Amino acid sequence: MARVLMSIPAWGCLGLTLLGLCWTLTAQDALAGDAPRFVQPGSRAAALGACVESTAFMRRNHMELIKHQRDATVHQGIRGTRYSLAGCIDCHVSHTPDGQPVAVNEKQQFCSACHAFAAVKVDCFDCHSGVPRGGPARSSGGQGGGVPEGDLRGSGQ
Amino acid sequence: MKRIVYREWRIPPTRYWGILGLLAVVIGLGGLAALYLEHQGHWVTGMNNFVVWGVPHVFAVFLIIAASGAVNVASIATVFGKGSYQPLGRLSGLLAVALLIGGLLILVLDLGRPDRLLVALTHYNLRSIFAWNIYLYTGFIALVIAYLWSMADRMGLAFKRPIGLVAFGWRIALTTATGSIFGFLVARQAFDTAFLAPMFIIMSLAYGLAIFILVLLFSFDQEGRPVGEQLLRRLKNLLGVFVAAVLYFTLVYYLTKGYGAKNTDLVGWLLFGGGSYSVLLWIGWVLAGTLVPLGILWYPSTRRDCRWIAAACALVILGGLAALYVILVGSQVYPLPIFPGHTILDSGFLDGVKVGAASYRPTLPELLLGLGGVAVALLLTAVGVRVLQFLPESLADADLPGDGQDPDAPAGASKASYISEISAG
Amino acid sequence: MMKHPDETIDHGRRAWFGLAAGVTAAVAAPGVILQIASADPDPAPVTAAARWGLLIDTNKCAAGCRDCVDACDRENGLDRQSKPPSQSPAAWTDQKAVWVRKVKLADDLTGRVTNLPLMCQHCEHPPCVDVCPTGASFKRADGIVVVDRHICIGCRYCMMACPYQARSFVHEPMHDQLTQVPRGKGCVESCNLCVSRRDHGLASTACADACAAAGKGAIVFGDLKDPASPISLALRAMPSRQLREDLALNTGVRYAGV
Repeated sequence: MARVLMSIPAWGCLGLTLLGLCWTLTAQDALAGDAPRFVQPGSRAAALGACVESTAFMRRNHMELIKHQRDATVHQGIRGTRYSLAGCIDCHVSHTPDGQPVAVNEKQQFCSACHAFAAVKVDCFDCHSGVPRGGPARSSGGQGGGVPEGDLRGSGQ
Repeated sequence: MKRIVYREWRIPPTRYWGILGLLAVVIGLGGLAALYLEHQGHWVTGMNNFVVWGVPHVFAVFLIIAASGAVNVASIATVFGKGSYQPLGRLSGLLAVALLIGGLLILVLDLGRPDRLLVALTHYNLRSIFAWNIYLYTGFIALVIAYLWSMADRMGLAFKRPIGLVAFGWRIALTTATGSIFGFLVARQAFDTAFLAPMFIIMSLAYGLAIFILVLLFSFDQEGRPVGEQLLRRLKNLLGVFVAAVLYFTLVYYLTKGYGAKNTDLVGWLLFGGGSYSVLLWIGWVLAGTLVPLGILWYPSTRRDCRWIAAACALVILGGLAALYVILVGSQVYPLPIFPGHTILDSGFLDGVKVGAASYRPTLPELLLGLGGVAVALLLTAVGVRVLQFLPESLADADLPGDGQDPDAPAGASKASYISEISAG
Repeated sequence: MMKHPDETIDHGRRAWFGLAAGVTAAVAAPGVILQIASADPDPAPVTAAARWGLLIDTNKCAAGCRDCVDACDRENGLDRQSKPPSQSPAAWTDQKAVWVRKVKLADDLTGRVTNLPLMCQHCEHPPCVDVCPTGASFKRADGIVVVDRHICIGCRYCMMACPYQARSFVHEPMHDQLTQVPRGKGCVESCNLCVSRRDHGLASTACADACAAAGKGAIVFGDLKDPASPISLALRAMPSRQLREDLALNTGVRYAGV
């Protein structure tokens, strides 16, 4: 009897672990079910089957790729690679009905929706623009290209 | 020779909690200021692209050098064998750690990205004196805590002298490096000199000792513990020597800088043409921070009175803040010599003035942040002496050990009887 | 000194969660045609084969002309800074970021007036790089001195060390940054010789282009190591000097006629 009693906590632990496993798997499933909502309809990414790597890989490792690329860009001047943050934003930015880009870090947009779900703070957009703005460098006497200037300037100007 | 008995600070709870409450309010305001600064950005301060370090840095540097000066009291006993300083060692170590933590907190909370503190601890550029200081500061805290352990724990007794020696060397290195933060700045006329390192050391001795005496007198007075006349005389004489030495270093610093033609304008401006900076230099640093306290410490009718001595300590501290304000901010507002022999007519900075200053008006959040750091240091000290045995029960002259004596050491007595004495005590 | 990023990415991390992710991917994948987003090929890292620099011919620099400053502001999005509403204009002048300053000088003895743009001098031995505690302020292989904003903690020691007052601290929250020039509150920044243009292989900087467009041609940009480059030819042809030569920093920006 005593042996059985003593083994109750052990069984309890195992049961809890299994329950936890099931929950994690269901949660992952739920996440997968939610995923299409994070890729914004109307963004270029929505029309593509996968990102620069498989979806599963990107979900786990996008920050590693971006961090690796950021050091290569800032210190070695390597830009425009498949892992560039500008590329992420270009592809994942959605648009308003009248064609204006909506920043990826705005509420319920690609980056912020998932990061809010995972409760992980994104530091990128303290400095980086959440929409493609100004285009890549071109020799034009300093005029930014890409998108119309006036439309993107914030109201705080 | 009597054994020294240390006791917790047993002032009435209402007074103790009153002190803690007051300090907590100041710390809270400082914390709010730091949050405000971090949320809004540094535009809410008076700092700008020309005066990049302001009031917070004055407080931070003051506390950091005072920390290394505070531990000097313990060194006098351990390294230089002055027995009557032996009972002061524990408070000296506690104050040193508390002041350093207060100073570092200000420095960290004033960063543009305080959230990246971890980056500062994981990325090092070993050419930077700032990076060395990160090691020196953390090492100092660890070393002084070990020093306190060796002073307070019977097991540590054998290590007291070696740790004390290392701590003494370390604090010299620390203050040298703090002075070199400025001394290594080749671009700025007022800095760019090896002289700042020894000058910061002598300043640390003066300001650290002033804070130590003030804390000692206050805590002993609150509880009615006796402080011997002899000891007080020795402490105040030592303070007088340190303050006079700071004056000497100040004099030599400005004479050396002013002698060469290239820096004459700078020194002339700081001494005479600098408006509020000159006033702070003469009235704050030299008169109120040096000459008046020296007078108090040696004038026959004031030199024995501990209230006058406390006033002198307070003046030395205020003078020290004024001195660091002049050294840090005054040196930044003076224009850089990018175009010697030319006057800038139009540029967006310091236009149209041959010799003139960038503008810096400190704002309230900066001041609150600085005072918050001071309050943190005092709070740590107050809690420390309350809960642990830092303060000796009596500093009456009759109870003090003589020079070369260490009352903690079981000289002559067998270990067993020493232990039984301790457990009985 | 600098901690360089690990070249490999740890794919094996959190293997258990990886398994879970794999399961979900298997659930989500059917019916989706895998198609990889396109991207440009990797360009090579910058090397020390080039050293970028500027030559400012102050004789050609006109009083009152601000074309280089304006071009710099547009190129780097500095014209998108906005004064916090409650800040006084005078205080804001000293706090807003400025990468190039137009300076008008008078010689104290002769009264001769000189105009010139003043920016980061891209020293060979930059004091800002020496003093930076984290290594955020660094010099690229091609001689450009840049701040890595990812590891800048905002201590401003580099601004204390710079002999040219070339650096700015971002005092206010930023908005509407350009894709090529990320900028944010709490970090230090300065002229980076249009580093994004360098990496895209463009010929010149915004300021040099603007000066040429204004018909002045006072700013020559180029490779100081290439003896045939216009800047090397011009430096050989006319006397020039470094600002604060006494500091022996071997600046990448040279001035003629000062």
